[in-house]
Parts: sequence; structure tokens; C-alpha cells
Amino acid sequence: MTINEKQDEIIEEFDLFEDQLDKTQYIIDLGKKLPPMPDSKKTDENRIMGCQSKVWVDAELKDDDQTGARLYFYGDSEQTAQISKGLVGLLIRVLSGEKPEDIANADLYFIPRVGMGNLITSLRAGGLASMIERMKAFGRAYTEKTV
Amino acid sequence: MQSAIETTLDIQQIRRDFPILDQQVNGRPLVYFDNAATNQKPTAVINALTGYYEGYNANIHRGIHYLAEKATAAFEASRRAVQEFLNAKHWQEIIFTHGTTDSINLVAQSYGRRFLKEGDEIIISTMEHHSNIVPWQMLCEEKGCILKVIPVNDAGELILEEYEKLLSERTKFVSCVHVSNSLGTVNPVKTIIDKAHAVGAVVLIDGAQASSHLDLDVQALDADFYALSAHKLYGPTGMGVLYGKKELLDSMPPYRGGGEMIKEVTFAKTTYNEIPYKFEAGTPNIADVIAVKTALEYMAGLGKENIAAHENDLLQYATEQLSELDGLRIIGQAKHKIGVISFVLDGIHHQDTGVILDQQGIAVRTGHHCTQPLMQRFGIAGTTRASFAVYNTKDEVDRLVQGLRRVQKMML
Repeated sequence: MTINEKQDEIIEEFDLFEDQLDKTQYIIDLGKKLPPMPDSKKTDENRIMGCQSKVWVDAELKDDDQTGARLYFYGDSEQTAQISKGLVGLLIRVLSGEKPEDIANADLYFIPRVGMGNLITSLRAGGLASMIERMKAFGRAYTEKTV
Repeated sequence: MQSAIETTLDIQQIRRDFPILDQQVNGRPLVYFDNAATNQKPTAVINALTGYYEGYNANIHRGIHYLAEKATAAFEASRRAVQEFLNAKHWQEIIFTHGTTDSINLVAQSYGRRFLKEGDEIIISTMEHHSNIVPWQMLCEEKGCILKVIPVNDAGELILEEYEKLLSERTKFVSCVHVSNSLGTVNPVKTIIDKAHAVGAVVLIDGAQASSHLDLDVQALDADFYALSAHKLYGPTGMGVLYGKKELLDSMPPYRGGGEMIKEVTFAKTTYNEIPYKFEAGTPNIADVIAVKTALEYMAGLGKENIAAHENDLLQYATEQLSELDGLRIIGQAKHKIGVISFVLDGIHHQDTGVILDQQGIAVRTGHHCTQPLMQRFGIAGTTRASFAVYNTKDEVDRLVQGLRRVQKMML
């Protein structure tokens, strides 16, 4: 599935919920499903700055003979910060396993479209933009390496 | 007694004075519990602002025309109103600033730079807002002074015995908050001031949180300086007050140059105006200063003791109701508190709590509340804080409790 196909799928899923709280519940549940990141990866280097809660993101490039190099993301938040964790989970779902250049150039239109507007503004200081920027930076860095 | 006071305020009637409260947020009626950050403004205050701009906007003090005269009179009338509000002895002791932070910086930069020297000790407390920490740290760095900190106990009260141990003839300045913005603790500032004066130290009280809740009398307190912000007094933002004893203010140099603080300027030498103008450089925040008088009149109309009684009633009720929630821990259980209730929920991040409450139309504050050292003292990253004003109701407290139950259901 391409980045945009995954985004469209998420938009459709969120359309099932009318209530903001139900959407938030869905994000929390996504966070709960996100595999925990090993503590050794929760380093200052991987920490996303600008979050009220602690969030870490790391990436790994894997070469696939068929499709070329793909970037896989891992992320986590401090245990109690489940909305942040859910948002990391959503971004990972959209971007993980994609080509570095596609990640670097992705237009993440699903964020305004899923109708979490209020959640996103509440978290604007919580570093969602920083998470996206970090993941795209990985994309850019690995694009240079793989080209 | 309690019921007699309750009947004196018709809260539903008061709510109609605050147009902002009548709105839906996320499909639910707004509950505004972020009053410690800033409280809402009654129509009278909003009208005072527009009344100035629509009716007599002019620069003050120097104009000779009608509008300038009218604006100047209103501006200075506000100063008298603040003087009365604080029970200051002289109107010249009221300096208009941009807010509490600005007032504290004025004292640190003007008094501190002139009178404090290397090795002098400044005492603050663990529960200070960053704006009553950083200006003193900056001064200490510049002048080589030493900053000492009064510790707090587990209830969130200052440990006065420890304060006494910190005091000595080396203590030259004490700067302490009247009411904690994070915990609601009301500090025994009269005792703090008296003990500081006994060793010859000068005292500033940060009254940002106290001013809308407590009766203030700077003469009875014998405070040397008292700082407050208008926006926490049902008044406009960006406007504050520094009270200072006349003899102290007279002895201090201005710390900003230009405008009304000047008596005469030549390239050889500038002579400075008298207080309070010496400290009011540039065109002041005229409309906002004028509206402060209206805000004070509004509060006086309700009766400050009635406001305090109502808020105390809400605090007691909220404390009881919130204590019934499993896994909720109130941070700050001082014997003497005003309407601030700060808490943590087991296993739930305060940011998530704030987001989910917001989705239910409930506005609270989350985080460290610009008191990071205090959070460190309690070993937490932050809290969720509900803080009350005169227009809040018990029904709204019930909404908060229901909202928190929903948070727990979603997160746990």
C-alpha cells in the first residue's frame, strides 16, 4: 500500500466516528497496540523535542531485493502518555516500510482530514509536527544514502 | 454563616456578566477552570476598553487637548483605585507595569543592581513561579549574590523553621509568592516579611494569584514591594502593578529610558522624573490601565469576601468530590488554600487528561505550571490543575468529576 492509500484508509476509519472522544479512544487503542521500543533505544538522540510527554522515534533501513531499500520506523512514548503514543503509531502506520524518498516527500494530508482538529491543536505544543519532521528527516538522510 | 454568604451572590446572574462563558466547546457547554492562568472579563471591563478607544483615545500627560485631558484623568484615576485596592499610603507608590513578571524584573534590575552586592543573599521559596526565580538568578549571576530557597513540606506549605535558619545579616532580599499558582497554598507572608525585616532585608511579595482572592493591605503587611497582574483580577492582559514603598522607589534608579520617565534631557545629562513616572517609560498601556479601575469596581461590587467565600465553597466541594476518584492524588493540601486544586491520576499523563477534558468542553491547565522546581520537589512531571473564579459553580465541578471518570475509562 502506498503512503496515500494508507492515509485514505485511515481517513475512512476515522469517518466511522462522529464523536471526538471516540476518535481519541481509537488513537489511544492504536497506541496500546504499538510494540514497545526497547529501553536501549529510548535515548536522548531519539527523543523528539517539543513534546510535553516523552516520545522517541528511531528508524532502520532494510534492503529488499524486490523493491529496494525501505525505511522502518519504531516509536514509543513514556508509558502514561497514550495519546502521544497513538499519534506515533498512526505516523508509523503511514510511513513505515516506505521508500526513503517517498517519506521525505510525503504530504500527510490525513492529519487535517481525520477530523481530530481539536486534538491536534491541543497537542500542537506536544510535538506532533516535531514527530513528522523527525521522520521526514530520516527519509531525507536515507534518500541521500540510497541514491 | 456559610449559607448567609452563599445567598449574597447570585452566580447565575454573575455569569451573565461574562459573555465568553455562554458558549459550547466541542458540543458541550464550556466549563472554564483555567482561572489561575487568567480569568474571564466582565462586560463592564470590555466596555471600558472599547469606551476608551471609541470615546477618548489620546496619549496621556502631555496633551493639552480635551481628549488627552480626559484620558489622563481616567489613567490617573485608575492609579488611585489601585492605591485604594492595595491600601497603599501614597498614590506615587503605584507603578504601572506589564504584569507581575515585569514588576519583579523591575525590582531585580533597579533595586537589585543598585543595592545588592557580591556575597549578599537573596531568599526565595520552592513554590515560586519561574518569574520569581529567573530574575533573581540573573541578578545573582551579574552581581555575585547567593540565592537561597525555603523548602516546602509534603502538604505544600513553606517550612518556616527552615526559613528562619536561612535568615541572617547576609540576607538582603526576600522574594516570596503570596499564593502558589500550582498548589493554591496561601503563605504566611506577614510572618515572612516581619522575620526578614528583623534582619534588615527588603521583601517583595508576588501577589499574582492572591490579588483576586484575598484582601490586600500592603501597609498592614508592611510589604516593601508587592507585584500583581490585572488579568488575574478580571481586568485586561498585559497590565500589572508594582507597589513599592515611597522611600525605596525614590532611592532606585529608573531601568528603562524614554518617555514619561524624563524630566529634562540634554546630551550632557538627563534628569529623571519623580515616582511613579520615573518607572513608566514610553507610552503606557492606557486603555488597559483605565479598565483596571472598572475591574476593581466590579470586584468591589460583588464584595471580595463574598467572592472568597464562594471560591472556598467550590474548593471544599471539589476536594471532596475529586477525593472519591480512585487513583487521584491531590498535590498541595495546605491548611490555608484558595481555589486551586492540582492533582495527578495514576497511570495517566496530565497532557492526555487535559486533551480529553477539553474534548468534553472543560478547560483546565496541565503541566508544570512554570514551577518546575516545585514539581521536582514532589517528584512529578506536572499536574492537572483546576482553578476557580467567582462565576464557577458546583455543577461545573460535577462536570469535571464526570470528565475525569471518562478519562480514566478511556485510558486505563
